[in-house]
Amino acid sequence: MLDILLSAETLSSTIRMSVPLIFACLAGLWSERSGIVDIGLEGKMLAAAFTAAAAGAYLGSPWLALLLAIGVSILFSLVHGYAAINQRGNQVVSGVAINMLAAGLAVVLGNEWFKEGGRTPPLPPEAQFPVFHMPGFSAIQSIPVIGPYINVLSGHSVLVYVAFALVPLSAWGLAKTRFGLRLRAVGENPHAVDTAGISVTKLRYQAILIAGVLCGFAGTYLSVALQGSFVRDMTAGRGFMALAALIFANWRAWPSMWACLLFGYLQAVGLRMQGFKIGAVEIPVQFINMLPYVMTVVLLAGFIGKSTPPRASGTPYTKDR
Amino acid sequence: MSQRGELPKWVDVGLIPALNLLLALLATSVIFLLINENPIECLGIMIKGAVGSLKGWSYLLYYTTNFIFMGLAVAVAFHAGLFNIGGEGQGYIAGLGAALIGLNLEFLPWFITIPLAILASVAFGALWGFVPGYLQAKRGSHIVITTIMFNFIASSLMVYLINYWFRPIGKMAVESREITGAYILSFREIARQFFDFKYPASPLNLTVFLAFLVAWAVWYFLWRTKLGYAIRAVGLNSDAAIYAGIKPQRIIMIAMAVSGGLAGLVAVNEVLGAQHRLLLEFVQGAGFVGIAVALMGRNHPIGIVLAAMLFGLLYQGGTELSFAKTHINRDMVVVIQGLIILFMGALENAFRPWLTALFFKADD
Repeated sequence: MLDILLSAETLSSTIRMSVPLIFACLAGLWSERSGIVDIGLEGKMLAAAFTAAAAGAYLGSPWLALLLAIGVSILFSLVHGYAAINQRGNQVVSGVAINMLAAGLAVVLGNEWFKEGGRTPPLPPEAQFPVFHMPGFSAIQSIPVIGPYINVLSGHSVLVYVAFALVPLSAWGLAKTRFGLRLRAVGENPHAVDTAGISVTKLRYQAILIAGVLCGFAGTYLSVALQGSFVRDMTAGRGFMALAALIFANWRAWPSMWACLLFGYLQAVGLRMQGFKIGAVEIPVQFINMLPYVMTVVLLAGFIGKSTPPRASGTPYTKDR
Repeated sequence: MSQRGELPKWVDVGLIPALNLLLALLATSVIFLLINENPIECLGIMIKGAVGSLKGWSYLLYYTTNFIFMGLAVAVAFHAGLFNIGGEGQGYIAGLGAALIGLNLEFLPWFITIPLAILASVAFGALWGFVPGYLQAKRGSHIVITTIMFNFIASSLMVYLINYWFRPIGKMAVESREITGAYILSFREIARQFFDFKYPASPLNLTVFLAFLVAWAVWYFLWRTKLGYAIRAVGLNSDAAIYAGIKPQRIIMIAMAVSGGLAGLVAVNEVLGAQHRLLLEFVQGAGFVGIAVALMGRNHPIGIVLAAMLFGLLYQGGTELSFAKTHINRDMVVVIQGLIILFMGALENAFRPWLTALFFKADD
């Protein structure tokens, strides 16, 4: 059992599984810190995953695929923004709509274009992102016992390193820049920001655009780098798991990464074992799968720690008349 | 005379939803054009497939049954100011109650097992709704997030239970054995057994009458009982409700339990009426359709019944469309559903300022 829990393969897979979660979780972080609840992370990620896989298959370039996926994801973001910011509609309803639209459109259009029941053809090697190797990794790899562990850090798709680089960038952006401070203020007290003569609408749109870009990365990584093609519903609840990680991290960037790594680890372990034993009691894999959600519920209930969402999150801003 | 800024009722419940629906249909047409199809022809196939034959109607009403239950579930929670996205999980867990009675008490006559199984479904669904309600009321956890999490927990839990507890030894398919107790007859079986009439094959069963009955009961509950009044009072203004002697925390828990119980009735239609087995993911997204149904039906049982029928038409029509035009995927229905939720829910006020300007200009 320990050989699975601590093996180099499991840890390396943990990194890969946590990357889409990190992208999506940071997307949620930027959006929710500005006061816009985003249930639609799942849908945007799925739309991006489909776009990237379809574009990759047609164009054979991972970078063009990424660009198009980001574009489509932003489009969905703008729909959410228009509903949530301009129309002051219910943000949860808008998110649910986006999830359905993305899930349906990906399969309908995919079936129309590739005639494979919503799948996209497997991507050719030239449509794949380059892999990054740490300098001197082959020398380290030959060391017995610890050698294989270099694969945990090295040899992943470049997007993996982008994801981890975005964590400090988001932390710094939110905490130290003028834009970040204003953005957080708009999520706590939009009236104060408005009084200071700063546009609430503009700030929230900026936040939503960032979320769109990040979901574009998340989806592209999922279909192009992780699986090599698009299959229906391939996000499989990752958008909601990212939301759970965001709550777990109490809406902060660094803890988001740790939460995503934890959930990614649980996914990696779940993939590798069909139930494991503690003493004589067998724990089925389904219980590992539900652990992230159970932990989030327990945390939300305030039994461990305390979660405090941005105060104005989910409430549309209306200027006093 | 209506107050300035307030539109007459017929505009609010008639014209605005109609305009929003029209917009959703226009957007749907664009998608049809995108896949090189004539939207009017496709819409025609869908309508004909759903209401052009007895079989079409049967499927329509079978889907409608699920959607009425789920729409009512979302609406009851909504009247208490709560957004229950957990119908999917509540209905799924309710299957446990239905199956436990149906599998274990099959030696009892139907007039005992069927009511018992219905009660058990409601109880299991209610429990799965009550817990998020409790966590919202007593611990302040946000109901939207908790119910989403509970959907995923239910999904994993049911895979485990069906695989390890319900699946007969040696059987490959992950499902329970046939449920023979609490067997709700389908229209086809009734026609054959009692009227010697060949009714087309469909999963439509007697639960459909329960759906209409429950829709009436929910109306009575919300608008004619003290508890229903309390639920609506909390939803409109929970601070004011306190001064009326209503305890919002208690009402939140009750409303979520009722909502979960209503969602649980889907298990009656599916497990006891249509499948006679406990299957994986038997709710098939009805919980999310329920959100669309409630939005469209303006959270009123009459509206919900009509909206549920429209979605029943959409689902049956979508199936027929995918038969008639093989390159159109059945998921087209999910797209239309998403568009309806977008235009009738999130963008529901798109026409309002424009109509308000129009109306009050005409008045002056």
